[in-house]
Amino acid sequence: MKLKSFSNVVASANVAPRIGAVPRANAAVRIDTVARPSFALAALLFLSVVTAAWAQQQASSTMGPQFMSGTPGTFAIRNARIVTVSGADIEGGTIVVSDGRISAVGANVAVPPGAQEIDARGLSVYPGMIDLGTSMGLVEIPQGANATVDVAEVGDMNPNAQAFYGINPHSAHIAVTRVNGVTSVLSAPTGGIISGQATFINLLGSSPQEMAVVRAAVLVVNYPRAAGGGGFGGLFQQAQPNPAEAATTRDRQVEQLRKLLRDAEAYGRAMDAANADRSLPRPDADVVLASLVPYVRGERPVLFRADREAEMRAVVRFSEELKLKPIILGGNDAWKIASFLKERNVPVILSGLFDLPSREDDFYDVMFESAAKLQQAGVRFALSTGDQGAEVRDLPYRAGMAAAFGLSRADALKSVTLYPAQIMGLGDRLGSIDAGKIANLVITDGDLLEARTRVRHLFINGRQVPLNSRHTELYDQFRNRK
Amino acid sequence: MRKLITLFVALFALVPAWGGAWAQEQQQQRQRPREGAARTGTSVAAVTETLIRNATVITVSRGTLANTDILIRNGKIAGIGQNLKANERARVIDASGKYVMPGIVDAHSHSMSDAINEGTLSVTSMVRIRDVLNPTAPNLYRELAGGVTTLNLLHGSANTIGGQNTVVKIKYGRPVSEFIFPGAPPGIKFALGENVKRSNFNPLPGQTRRYPATRMGQEEVLRDAFTRARNYKRAWDEHRAAITRGDKNLIPPRRDLQLEPLVEILEGKRLVHAHCYRADEIIMILNLADEFGFKIKTLQHVLEGYKVAREIAAHGAGASSFADSWSYKIEAYDAIPHNAAVMTRAGVLVSINSDSDERARRLNIEAAKMMKYGDLSEDEALRLITLNPAIQLGIQDRVGSIDVGKDADLVIWTGHPFSVYSRVETTFIDGDIFFDRQQDIARRPELEREREELMRAEVNRPPGEGGAQQPAAPRRPPAGQHDHDDIDDGEGDNHR
Repeated sequence: MKLKSFSNVVASANVAPRIGAVPRANAAVRIDTVARPSFALAALLFLSVVTAAWAQQQASSTMGPQFMSGTPGTFAIRNARIVTVSGADIEGGTIVVSDGRISAVGANVAVPPGAQEIDARGLSVYPGMIDLGTSMGLVEIPQGANATVDVAEVGDMNPNAQAFYGINPHSAHIAVTRVNGVTSVLSAPTGGIISGQATFINLLGSSPQEMAVVRAAVLVVNYPRAAGGGGFGGLFQQAQPNPAEAATTRDRQVEQLRKLLRDAEAYGRAMDAANADRSLPRPDADVVLASLVPYVRGERPVLFRADREAEMRAVVRFSEELKLKPIILGGNDAWKIASFLKERNVPVILSGLFDLPSREDDFYDVMFESAAKLQQAGVRFALSTGDQGAEVRDLPYRAGMAAAFGLSRADALKSVTLYPAQIMGLGDRLGSIDAGKIANLVITDGDLLEARTRVRHLFINGRQVPLNSRHTELYDQFRNRK
Repeated sequence: MRKLITLFVALFALVPAWGGAWAQEQQQQRQRPREGAARTGTSVAAVTETLIRNATVITVSRGTLANTDILIRNGKIAGIGQNLKANERARVIDASGKYVMPGIVDAHSHSMSDAINEGTLSVTSMVRIRDVLNPTAPNLYRELAGGVTTLNLLHGSANTIGGQNTVVKIKYGRPVSEFIFPGAPPGIKFALGENVKRSNFNPLPGQTRRYPATRMGQEEVLRDAFTRARNYKRAWDEHRAAITRGDKNLIPPRRDLQLEPLVEILEGKRLVHAHCYRADEIIMILNLADEFGFKIKTLQHVLEGYKVAREIAAHGAGASSFADSWSYKIEAYDAIPHNAAVMTRAGVLVSINSDSDERARRLNIEAAKMMKYGDLSEDEALRLITLNPAIQLGIQDRVGSIDVGKDADLVIWTGHPFSVYSRVETTFIDGDIFFDRQQDIARRPELEREREELMRAEVNRPPGEGGAQQPAAPRRPPAGQHDHDDIDDGEGDNHR
């Protein structure tokens, strides 16, 4: 009886259960699981640990034991064309992977005894791609399944809302994304003015702990703008009918933000002082202010969502005033102020390359060309899908489009590998194929950015990752249906 | 104040989309030689020839031909081959190293539609997209720049039986009447599933929910509508039979604009484009159509089509889907990118559509993806955005492949259209150029100057810099407002 009710719960949590000529694949898998008590008990225990309602989209009986965490070991990828990104390509080279790292790379590298060899003759090895504009794992189905949405907290100021705690490692988006060559993402909350803290993760692991490269990587701020409030949050607000009123609202929100950040700075100083001198009064612990301290001290970057010239200029001024380390996410108009951004050394995560031009009189390719313009001006930038999760796998095609419109192919590749790693301060750990770096490697049968190219082998964190996903699983179930 | 308003109005009149201005000029240029021709007595045909030389020609119907010329005469493809000769006044384009493919046919679009959803009733077969077309929408030009030449403009998906669609060629810069695809069979939009249920739509306080709110109700709405249509058809058939018999003093049945299009469906004269997602609702509508004796021409979206590909093939329905969109709502959660391949292998005629002014600009890449998901050949993948949608819309005798006698709707690409590194150089419709990148770029300095002049006008300056208060509301909804009827009922774009 108990088991039966469990099956109902799981089925309804996933999709409206339907009984008919064509059962849904996942429902079928689940019923099968429940029919066997030992599996059901194990699944029940498993579910009780994982809090997300969509817990088991990915993990199903056919995925195999390596699906969640990959296969660790020592590997030698041989005879490959190695696109290091940081340096020249190496033809017929070898990469040795051990303990999660790239331990050696080159044309003449000794293969350690016991290494599992992968013959990559005719194939190319690239570093895994990185998308800094996602909400991976925080949203499974944005419409009609609110229980799967953990992306925007209530209220305007939530610096202590951490994406790390909302990431669902079992989101089906994760495997679908990685098997197309995107191996790491920044996953960010989106709500209010201060949305929270984003987490930088590798797309492999059974828990956020296993996935995280940097647990709390950046503070995420929707920089307030007139006519519609802060950035993405503004989408859900009524357009302000009066521009003067809208400007007043924006100014008030900026002031709110300034005050909170200054309070955090003062809090940090008071705390330091009290720690140094016990005779001084110690401020009451405050999780909101405490979470902001590393950001107001410039120890970690602040990610500002801003697309328009005025907002981006305001972000830079605001950051200088408060001594923040800004990164701009969005940046649709960044090319217009490229020299300003270059001068102030503000990096841009360009997420709108596929957006329609925002103005009727924009040139048709204004967004396609924007990456090349930033590159020419010397602005540090990375390309991003700006997608919450399902379409993050399209990242390479954005880089390709940027290359079709003026960016060099080498820079296009860097804009989804090394540049995002550098912007995150992870340039020494990710983004290229160099000894000592985390072994996130994509082995393909062609140009990484081409839509026709297939991924043949995949390594994340030095672990070999199977190339299946929710999509390959459903394909296998139905491709030969009789 | 009045002066200000006048200036404001004048400014809007002065700011056509730049591409639009260019297209208009093209039109004028096109007309000029004709006038000249009339004066000098040479034939009109003499100035309406174009020769595209030495291209790699992707015919779609007969493979890919290297180092091949295409001769365009009077808007039609007049020759394909080597060393073709054109008359002396022909426009000659050297396409060495470039690729030519047929103009892309997008079987699901809401471009240039100032309204897409008459969702107040469950059956709105009487409304027509054709009545609300805006030929100046700038996204049309952007679609041309992505190699798209033909659009199937569909009603939205708010109700089970939606409005009548219109097939257009993107003759940007021309009057709307010239957009209408001549001879394209009429069609209609049906819809099933979440959008019809209004699942993701919050009614305003005091508003009642519209029937149907379940998939049960959707089946019933179709059954009821076609039962009424059958009765209506019988009434007319009997009336006409009575006329034939020579009966006198007959009173004709009262005309019903709602049922007339449904009778056309029963008679096989109107194509049904049915928006659907789940396998069960696909089976439902195919069975219902079989029962009433009509065909579903295309299943639109049909994201779970791969689960019931055999049944779709048996009915003879086409399928027009996304390449790999998924997970944006519950009924899209079982979508897989192998959908097009599985259905193709089962014998279903498949196309890839955009349902989005944005995505329409890169349908070439969407089709290219289909080669790696399910192993479609290059030719099969190319057909997904050219010949297959043309067949689905009943316009395959005119467009969809590069064959002699077909309309000269052609696109010149810098490289293979399936490469992300390629871009469109020139887009022809009926032999006329509607997009040309070099000319677009050449016009930019002039347009920049015009823009700066407009920016200096008082009305365009912010209040702090000498400008006046401006109304905040845009003249019309921003570009892309009607994208994605699969998402949020066509009332927004979910991507941001």
